[in-house]
Amino acid sequence: MDLRTTYLGLALEHPLVASASPLTEKLDGFLRLEDGGAAAIVMHSLFEEQITLEEELLDHYLHYGHESYAEALTYFPKASEYRLTPERHLDLLARAKERVSVPIIASLNGISRGGWVEYARLLEEAGADAIELNLYYIPTDPLLSGAEVEAMYLDTIRAVVEAVKVPVAVKVGHAFTAFAHFAKRVEATGAKALVLFNRFYQPDFDLEGLSVVPTLTLSRPYEALLRVHWIALLYGRVGLELALTGGVHSGKEAVKGLLAGAQVVMMTSAVLEKGPGHFRTVLAELKAFMEEREYASVAEMRGVMSYQKVAEPAAFERANYLRVLGSYRLLP
Amino acid sequence: MRPITVDGNEAVARVAYRLSEVIAIYPITPSSPMAELSDEWAAKGEPNLFGLVPKVVEMQSEGGAAGALHGALQEGVLATTFTASQGLLLMIPDMYKIAGQALPGVIHVAARALATHALSIFGDHQDLYAVRPTGWAILVSDSVQAAQDLAAVAHVAALKASLPFLHAMDGFRTSHEVQKIQPLSDRELKALFPYEALEAFRKRALTPEAPVIRGTAQNPDHYFQNREAINPYYLRLPRVVQEAMDRFAEVTGRRYRPYEYVGHPEAERVVVVMGSASLAVEEAVAHLLERGEKVGMVRVRLFRPFHPEGFLAAVPATARKVAVLDRGKEPGAVGEPLFQEVAAAFALRGQGVPLLVGGRYGLSSKEFTPAMALGVFAELEKDRPRHGFTVGIVDDVTGSSLPYPEVDFEDPASVRAVFFALGSDGTVSANKNTIKIIGEETPLFAQGYFVYDSKKSGSRTVSHLRFGPNPLNKPYLVQRASFVGVHQWGFLQRLPMLGVAEEGATVLLNSPYPKEEVWDRLPRPVQEEILRKNLKVYVVNAYELARKVGLPGRINTIMQAAFFKLSGVLPEEEAKARIKKGIEKSYGKRGRAVLERNFQAVDLGFSAVEPLPIPGQVTSTQELIPPMVGEAPPFVREVLGPIALGLGDTLPVSAFPPDGTFPTGTARYEKRGIAEFVPTWDPNVCVQCGKCVLVCPHAVIRAKVVPEEALAQAPEGFPHRKAMWKELSGAYTLAISPDDCTGCSLCVEVCPAKDKRNPSRKALNLAPRLEVREAMNRHWDFFLTLPETPRADLKLHTVKDVQLLEPLFEFPGACAGCGETPYLRLLSQLFGDRLVIANATGCSSIYGGNLPTTPWSKNREGRGPAWANSLFEDNAEFGLGMRLALDKKAEYARSLLPVFRQTLGEELVARLLEPVGPEALEARRQDVALLRERLRGLDDPRARDLLAVADALIPHSVWIVGGDGWAYDIGYGGLDHVLASGANVKVLVLDTEVYSNTGGQASKATGLGAVAKFAMAGKPTPKKDLAFMAMSYGHVYVAQIAMGANDAHTVRAFLEAEAHQGPALLIAYSHCIAHGIDMAKGMDHQKLAERAGYWPLFRYLPGQGLFLDSKPPTLPLREYLYAENRYRLLLQTHPEEAEVFLKAAEEAVRARWERLSRMASAPEAVAG
Repeated sequence: MDLRTTYLGLALEHPLVASASPLTEKLDGFLRLEDGGAAAIVMHSLFEEQITLEEELLDHYLHYGHESYAEALTYFPKASEYRLTPERHLDLLARAKERVSVPIIASLNGISRGGWVEYARLLEEAGADAIELNLYYIPTDPLLSGAEVEAMYLDTIRAVVEAVKVPVAVKVGHAFTAFAHFAKRVEATGAKALVLFNRFYQPDFDLEGLSVVPTLTLSRPYEALLRVHWIALLYGRVGLELALTGGVHSGKEAVKGLLAGAQVVMMTSAVLEKGPGHFRTVLAELKAFMEEREYASVAEMRGVMSYQKVAEPAAFERANYLRVLGSYRLLP
Repeated sequence: MRPITVDGNEAVARVAYRLSEVIAIYPITPSSPMAELSDEWAAKGEPNLFGLVPKVVEMQSEGGAAGALHGALQEGVLATTFTASQGLLLMIPDMYKIAGQALPGVIHVAARALATHALSIFGDHQDLYAVRPTGWAILVSDSVQAAQDLAAVAHVAALKASLPFLHAMDGFRTSHEVQKIQPLSDRELKALFPYEALEAFRKRALTPEAPVIRGTAQNPDHYFQNREAINPYYLRLPRVVQEAMDRFAEVTGRRYRPYEYVGHPEAERVVVVMGSASLAVEEAVAHLLERGEKVGMVRVRLFRPFHPEGFLAAVPATARKVAVLDRGKEPGAVGEPLFQEVAAAFALRGQGVPLLVGGRYGLSSKEFTPAMALGVFAELEKDRPRHGFTVGIVDDVTGSSLPYPEVDFEDPASVRAVFFALGSDGTVSANKNTIKIIGEETPLFAQGYFVYDSKKSGSRTVSHLRFGPNPLNKPYLVQRASFVGVHQWGFLQRLPMLGVAEEGATVLLNSPYPKEEVWDRLPRPVQEEILRKNLKVYVVNAYELARKVGLPGRINTIMQAAFFKLSGVLPEEEAKARIKKGIEKSYGKRGRAVLERNFQAVDLGFSAVEPLPIPGQVTSTQELIPPMVGEAPPFVREVLGPIALGLGDTLPVSAFPPDGTFPTGTARYEKRGIAEFVPTWDPNVCVQCGKCVLVCPHAVIRAKVVPEEALAQAPEGFPHRKAMWKELSGAYTLAISPDDCTGCSLCVEVCPAKDKRNPSRKALNLAPRLEVREAMNRHWDFFLTLPETPRADLKLHTVKDVQLLEPLFEFPGACAGCGETPYLRLLSQLFGDRLVIANATGCSSIYGGNLPTTPWSKNREGRGPAWANSLFEDNAEFGLGMRLALDKKAEYARSLLPVFRQTLGEELVARLLEPVGPEALEARRQDVALLRERLRGLDDPRARDLLAVADALIPHSVWIVGGDGWAYDIGYGGLDHVLASGANVKVLVLDTEVYSNTGGQASKATGLGAVAKFAMAGKPTPKKDLAFMAMSYGHVYVAQIAMGANDAHTVRAFLEAEAHQGPALLIAYSHCIAHGIDMAKGMDHQKLAERAGYWPLFRYLPGQGLFLDSKPPTLPLREYLYAENRYRLLLQTHPEEAEVFLKAAEEAVRARWERLSRMASAPEAVAG
């Protein structure tokens, strides 16, 4: 049985990839993921806001209250250099590259064309095998049109693609009016893969304090279905590799993803819950499925349930929606 | 080497660091930067001249630094320390030892005034004079260049002479003046260094390989002879110094002499002076020489040993009259120390003794100008010139002061710029940058000096810059400015700023208004001055531009660019490029985004400045706002007012109390109006919890519950609502003083009450001050007239009730959002009318006692905290002394009472003999009043005695207040002793975990891994556990409190401490600007500290044991630590070490928690 696959031009032992998670915040996390069986590792993101905010904060506090009072002209010693998050991030990446043998995909999270894009190049220099550009953006401005948002996305993707020689994958959320069309336009930027989908963290209300509080919940397996659906729709119809992320907890979702046409499937929540060794469990489940169904390779099973190939493509479309509603009404 | 622009501190530290192996440090203004730089360089691994990184060690006091210095010298290493003022006094015992043992240590001093009637951080020679008998050589520099050069001479000569050297520059005037100087290269220092002398010194080191003993005890038969044995060292010392100076001249081309003469070769009138003032005298001499007068000056560089032959050789034989100027005061002496030396030198010569007088000038950085020197020369023209004169002040008490003429000594070829700004707007930094650009990138000379006021919030800065083709050795403020920058529009209504502008000068206004409106918005006196002096005025809206580029409030870069454009010091494009280069140097390390914004600001500054059309006539009727408002008493108006305006120099001697005793409650008259936004109250949303009142660091939010009828005369819109109390009825009202508020918004942050229809609004909401101040001021004034809620009706252990207590600590000039002052305000609310406070030097003594106005105040009955500051190191003992005295007076009063049994009445005497607690305070006060009434007029000395001590029968409370630098370090020995003594004193430690007042140096209270000055690579050891140490006595009440974490706990601890019949120690978490936090969120940080186990709350009650009042930690420590720049910074400078520290800190937190838990569960073993 041949589990090998490629992703972003990288040869992988199998199609199970560790998605960006806090596990990679320490070198030890990389080692654990590799030991656990991940075929490649997406490093946690370097955030545009983090880059600028940290600079601003440092500047603010090194300046705050200074030259105001004769006895305390400053409040902090002056360092000759500061290694902010980006530098530490780059350091960690470089060290991880030395220690692990699986490919490492660096993740960059941002949404504007600014100085921070420069970090794509620095990540490449630090040894990233590829860049995953994570476009996480909530268009809250009622005057901002979908077309403008898409243009902004594409602009950013192009900027990153231009900045580096390594392949670029693009990770987005699912809230698009015409996602298939958008995917096509991403293809035109020179990006190599599309990672489906970002999970949007929903803020919660604190009823005691009448305030909005951030929440973080791990994914559940049902969330994989949305991804499977869109991968199946896009597979073979856009010139991009497709990666599934979100909701993969067992071999079952991994299989579905591959059948839909995913080049790789990624896991985070399940690994956070069960530990990096969970890669082996899922891989075993994938193998068991392939044995049972006699798939000789991952390539053979990839996309067999895609829009292009299934007997009833309408099942992916509006007709299916009607059927679901109908079945609901028929319930006793 | 290319010239550099540095201040005196840096110039000296660059030499001292390279020539030292061990550097013992302790922070004290104005010398701290020398220690800070040394620590920074060592942390960065910069080597000294011998290729090693010097060991820089912070000590617990200057006494400790001197001890370490002495020890290091015993072992034959090159050792140095830096200090000033009180610090130098603390070194005296070791200084005698070091000199007595002929050890070549060096102390660099930024000479500073001594604390006498008052503390002053500013410069004079009192500290140098205080150590003149110690046997140290004393070399005094007059300029930044000389400070650098003579620092090297001091190190070299110390080794060669085998005697210790004190090298001094004038505090602030030289230590903080930025000048273009020629640096000393390593090559030059190596060429100067006496390697063979070092070798000889090393041979004297203590070593068990060839043991000796040093520091024996001696007896009458031999001590004296032995003391004289060192004489040859001193006799040869002047020659050693001269040789070192000669060698210095060979190597560098710059020549110095121990006694330098400047002036007419046949001068008849000569002034002798030491330090920076000599440069002003030199200018006066040049001025008089041009007029053909035979005058001269001797600049004394070597004050100790004073070398009569050397000095006399410098004085022309023609000198008939000599005036000696001393920057110090020695009450009771025939003359000040330099005068005494000079007089003795002439007397010893025995012939041709000129008429000799001495006088004082320049105490506490009092300006000393060439014109003042002219006044001295003029005095010498008289037949009988005054001795013991003063110059630079008006002494209308003993008439000592000399008049002096008004003469312009500015160089017309120079640009002389004065900038008025707010500390927070970055002007001083930008100006320092400008000096660097001009000084280092052009052939021009450059000088900068900066004046700061004493407030820590809304403080004003005045920058004095000079640039020009000729040297700028002018040790005084700009007298006539060719450029005046008004960086804060609000100052125009308050400060007389254009007085310094010369005819036709350029004025740059930062105006929030469009150009067309600017003229009409200027106050009348400003318009008049512009017209009278024909000033050229330019405007720029830097506020708006700064906001536009994302640097709100930071107008510095824009104003700097505008200055370059208008001054024309450099061609525009070159100026732009150079400013940007400077910015890159300053901010480049902090990331691209910051850099880009500043670059944009530069471009905008150049393009946006435009000339103001001046209509040619006065159109305004607006007058300046007086500095003191309300019904200020005459003393406040006439003495404190001018000080607040920056016109304190105009006050005569008679204006001041001879013993330095000032009235309290003066801060209320100085409405500074510094907040842009202030809180406004919505009574309908408010739940009347009182948290805002409790946290307000400036006591500008106050609450009362009053009878409804008291509101009958309330001004329109006076906000109030039915009081939500079970026990109190009437109206609840909350008032806010907008012009006293600093806008810190701590109150808004802690307000728990949200508007249920619009949760973005709370019971307190910020509003632009200028829009709301009028109505709010009306409400505030009326509020103050309302009756106080009777104390007897209140439950003092509840925050809700405590808010109704009148604060007797108000409007301190502390940082906006200060974490210390809420505790002091609470203290004043709970016990203010019976409080005696001993306050250690530090932040709390500055915002508590720095003129012009001070915050400790009085209630309607005229009672309130009586406050005194002695020193930094002696505060616990100082407070104990007060307690002992109060107790002794009470005892004496009680012993006298029976004598007057008949006059006073049996019952009254019995009552007064009864010991009472605070609960009977009012009754006791009435009884004491009765006693006074009955004894009044009695012609009996014992009755007068009793009247004099009768107040001690009232139970007064002594609180000893200070910061962690005092309690953990310099004052710890005393604190420990006082706690051990069992005396009934209460100690409040305002623990900011650093020396906040001197700029955030590490103390033993600093946490493991925190970045502070003197701990640049993270504090390597955990915080000292002061609470455990105090608890170990068993009889000390101890509580660790954090108001932001649990306000009720804080209130309870204060009450328990006060009630405890014995010593009590409160350790109060005080968030601080030196933590690198958003001060508005200070109380949240306190909460995080508690939740992370960093600051567990507990109370130790003697006899009852420990009560652990916090829940077990629930927050990972890193989430607290990395929310603060002081800890985050290590992650950004030493990431690997930060991780190690974090683990160790987590372990320390865990261990401490376990220890506290064990103690809390153990039954207290009650002694006896």
